[in-house]
Amino acid sequence: MENPTIAAISTPESAGALGVVRLSGDRAIEIANKIFTPVSGADLTASPGYRAHYGRVTGGGKQIDEAVCLVFRAPHSYTGENVAEITCHGGLYITKAVLRAALEAGAVPAQAGEFTKRAFLNGKIDLAESESVMKLISAQGEQAARAALNTLDGRLSKKIHAIADSISCVLASLAAWVDFPYDEIEDTSPADMKKVFTSAIAELNETVERYDAGRVFTEGVDTAIAGRPNVGKSTLMNLLAGSERSIVTEVAGTTRDIVEESVRLGSMILRLADTAGIHETGDIVESIGVDRAKKRMQRASLILAVFDSSEPLTEDDIAVLKECEGRLSIGVVNKTDLERKLDISEIEKYVSETVEISASTGEGEKELENAVSRLLSAENFDPESPCLSGERQRICCVKAVEYLSEAVSAIDSGMTLDAVTVCAQCAVDSLLELTGEKAADAVIDSVFSRFCVGK
Amino acid sequence: MEYFASQFDIAVIGAGHAGIEAGLAAARLGCRTAVFTINLDWVGNMPCNPSIGGTSKGHLVREIDALGGEMGVAADKNTLQNRMLNLGKGPAVHSLRAQIDRREYSAYMKNVLENQQNLYLRQAEIIDLYREEGLWYLKTRLEAVYSAKCVIIATGTFLAGKVYVGDVCYDSGPDGMFPSTELALALKKLGVLTRRFKTGTPPRVNRRSVDLSEMELQPGDEVTTPFSFTTKEEIENKLPCYITYTGEETKKIILDNLDRSPLYSGRIDGVGPRYCPSIEDKIVRFSEKERHQLFVEPCGRNTGELYIQGLSSSLPEDVQLKILHSIPGLRNAEVMRTAYAIEYDCVDPLCLRASLEFHDFEGLFGAGQFNGSSGYEEAAAQGLVAGINAANKVLGKKPFILDRGSSYIGTLIDDLVTKGCSDPYRMMTSRSEYRLVLRQDNADRRLTPLGYEQGLISEERYAAFKEKLNLIEKERGRVESIVIAPSEDINEMLVSRETSPLTTGAKLSDLLKRPQLSYDSLTQYDPSRPDLDRSIFEQVELDLKYEGYIKHQQQQINEMRRLEVKLLPDDIDYSKVTGLRLEAIEKLGKIRPENIGRASRISGVSPADINVLLIYLERGAGND
Repeated sequence: MENPTIAAISTPESAGALGVVRLSGDRAIEIANKIFTPVSGADLTASPGYRAHYGRVTGGGKQIDEAVCLVFRAPHSYTGENVAEITCHGGLYITKAVLRAALEAGAVPAQAGEFTKRAFLNGKIDLAESESVMKLISAQGEQAARAALNTLDGRLSKKIHAIADSISCVLASLAAWVDFPYDEIEDTSPADMKKVFTSAIAELNETVERYDAGRVFTEGVDTAIAGRPNVGKSTLMNLLAGSERSIVTEVAGTTRDIVEESVRLGSMILRLADTAGIHETGDIVESIGVDRAKKRMQRASLILAVFDSSEPLTEDDIAVLKECEGRLSIGVVNKTDLERKLDISEIEKYVSETVEISASTGEGEKELENAVSRLLSAENFDPESPCLSGERQRICCVKAVEYLSEAVSAIDSGMTLDAVTVCAQCAVDSLLELTGEKAADAVIDSVFSRFCVGK
Repeated sequence: MEYFASQFDIAVIGAGHAGIEAGLAAARLGCRTAVFTINLDWVGNMPCNPSIGGTSKGHLVREIDALGGEMGVAADKNTLQNRMLNLGKGPAVHSLRAQIDRREYSAYMKNVLENQQNLYLRQAEIIDLYREEGLWYLKTRLEAVYSAKCVIIATGTFLAGKVYVGDVCYDSGPDGMFPSTELALALKKLGVLTRRFKTGTPPRVNRRSVDLSEMELQPGDEVTTPFSFTTKEEIENKLPCYITYTGEETKKIILDNLDRSPLYSGRIDGVGPRYCPSIEDKIVRFSEKERHQLFVEPCGRNTGELYIQGLSSSLPEDVQLKILHSIPGLRNAEVMRTAYAIEYDCVDPLCLRASLEFHDFEGLFGAGQFNGSSGYEEAAAQGLVAGINAANKVLGKKPFILDRGSSYIGTLIDDLVTKGCSDPYRMMTSRSEYRLVLRQDNADRRLTPLGYEQGLISEERYAAFKEKLNLIEKERGRVESIVIAPSEDINEMLVSRETSPLTTGAKLSDLLKRPQLSYDSLTQYDPSRPDLDRSIFEQVELDLKYEGYIKHQQQQINEMRRLEVKLLPDDIDYSKVTGLRLEAIEKLGKIRPENIGRASRISGVSPADINVLLIYLERGAGND
């Protein structure tokens, strides 16, 4: 049985540079051929390996970009499978559009570390390296979980969950009706079911459209600015979000105390979140803010931890540093214009890079930019970034729409309800895919909580 | 004084529905097998509903039969009333249910066990169980010691059983039988971790005191269907059931006496089944419901005892009486048995392998309620699988594992040993994601080849099965080759059934695909139809109608099986696998899944963990 063909953006989330979308699997070249038309008129599926083609990428009936497609034939590729790499103009908008075209043409989003896994399983990576491969997959998995958490908090997820619930609710009524025929469960009429399914389809389509229209707001590397109070977080935010760089106007944060803004820093786009100061507090309202700030740090792909160089490290600073451990993080030592009282070596133990800066004068900004760009370079690039996990949710929505349409056409053609419920259950499973929940469990729980069933 | 009595290959503790199938399967596979029971007069007892089957449970019975088990045959031979449930709701959820003559069923099963070669049925309470030098030893209350290579525990509600009626509670098995108290202690000594579940049963009343004219009659099906694929004789409906309802008065009595229920006063710790709530539970949780439906079911032809389904309770006897007398038709009911709740010891099934053998105790198996399930059919299904696996172990053969794509039995066991259960587990059609393929009508096509392979299907039966497949294929070929020409006559029929008329000739198979049409509606346009058993036509029609869906589900099953064949050794130290997350290490270490597929269904094991495991397997677990 064949492996599904996977696709992912395999270049960093940078603006301006070239972007690469990689496909791997038995059908990689076939799928690439569907979305990529060589100017020469050549047929990619007939192309030998190690061959570059110049042409156009199309998706959704529209031309996306001019691009180069590299064809590799199994086993002579990174993964050992058929591989197509489409190099297009950089910028998230274009690379994401190319990825989406690939997914719509039959590829599935790559899981954490999946390219490397396949390379290993196909003997392309030495046995001795397996340990590091496992570590890499694990790290990317963690990142994926954080990314999922990130999007799950968001409006898109809430919407998806609400739609899944509405379908589960109908499924539970049907399950009770079927599994407890002796109990007095009201029939759900096919017409009522159809109503729920068609309205779910409409809502999902609308959600996808709104997501597509609003994606500029969610672009960029999710970056949290964190630190104890009064170390200069907001000043840093203001510095980075200076008017000439700010490419997006202020977006209302999810909470009153977190301000988010997308900014361009060198070639990178960062989605900055300025968080509340982290400190021990007995005040309930304040402590809620602190909790939120910590949660925001945990979700972020990159942390800019700010410290005051004019004061020795405090307990609160240590608390911030502990959140940075093992993460992509930069220790931003601020207020270098004042007398140094801080021991930087203590900070370096926890963070990936340390940069000295004066947020008020702007001194050290270039160094910060370089550090960010080093950290977000290709080797640290994470194919499970939040932007992609939004893309995954989008694919899940599209799949759910397909299943629901199948359910509706089953109803229309007069099929029995068992066939209808199986389609609808697949739709819910697609919607819940990212959270790992199962439609069957949700339905059964709902049966017992909502209906008086059983002997 | 203790004495050594005999040695067996396999010993089964308990002769309920699990014990019966386990013992029969083991003996039929050639193992010298003992079945111990506390009371020989109640082999295969039904201490709750006198019925077999029902939604999804009917599927289980047919699967047991397709694999060569006994339950379906026994039910067919002792049916009082036969009904196919959920007709009109789709073939995937059709479920057979039969009212059973309880005492006759028990006598029949006892007889089958008595006459089974290699099987020794023995009344004896097992009070100790221990392992020495690779053998299990079982000691009876009368101090006989037996040895066995494998032991199957199928103790149902007997294990440390405790009955509750209102303020009264006492150690007891079901139906007034002795509980198995010392065995519970022996298991603790052995290191088997147990927990408490509870279940309950409604009162039984005497037919002569019941006014049936005040109730609705519920007759059996006009055309009956047997459980067993081997039953050829027509099943006869012998006694009907009746329906009545609780009302406002019942509700008031219960609410006034709630403080006298051990469930509400917190005296019962055991976790009860969600799908089998007591009447007090139903009244409290669904207080807006004006009435609750009750079924009055006969227990047998030679008894006046009637079972009141829906009135399970642990309220005191005097309150139960008041409740009964508040119900139409039961105002003068004479109670013969009081409703009770029973609490018992069982294990967390996560400690079992998919073969139902304990991870930590070689040669020890669990089946039925002991594994946390509920229901006769669920028990029998596990008994069959445990029996086959114990025999395979003794005979040095591979474990017999049914996966989720094969059967409800496989789904049941996979759910139990992978997800565990927090209340007694009942099968439901909604638990099977592949239910359009796993229908009750095709259980033989799915499982009889496997039963044959295991050695539980006779050559004769297998030949008949192959002939059936042959006929299905031939008939399918026939309907695909016959073209029906448009005519006024047929178009009138088509339009009357709200489906489009023919303008050109259509294949008979294409007409059968239409949901609005069936073999029956096409009889007069199909003169060359051969005289075949209706089960053949049924298979052909369903295969055609659901073809697209079946194909899709089959694809999903094949996809699932790709991970199912990647085996995980039992002795992996997950804490030493680089890259696994803590939660995954803990869950995998506890559940010890046999393969990657099962691992992927454990909540808390992420796709990244699965990828890490795949690489770990690939590089060879021995290379550490």
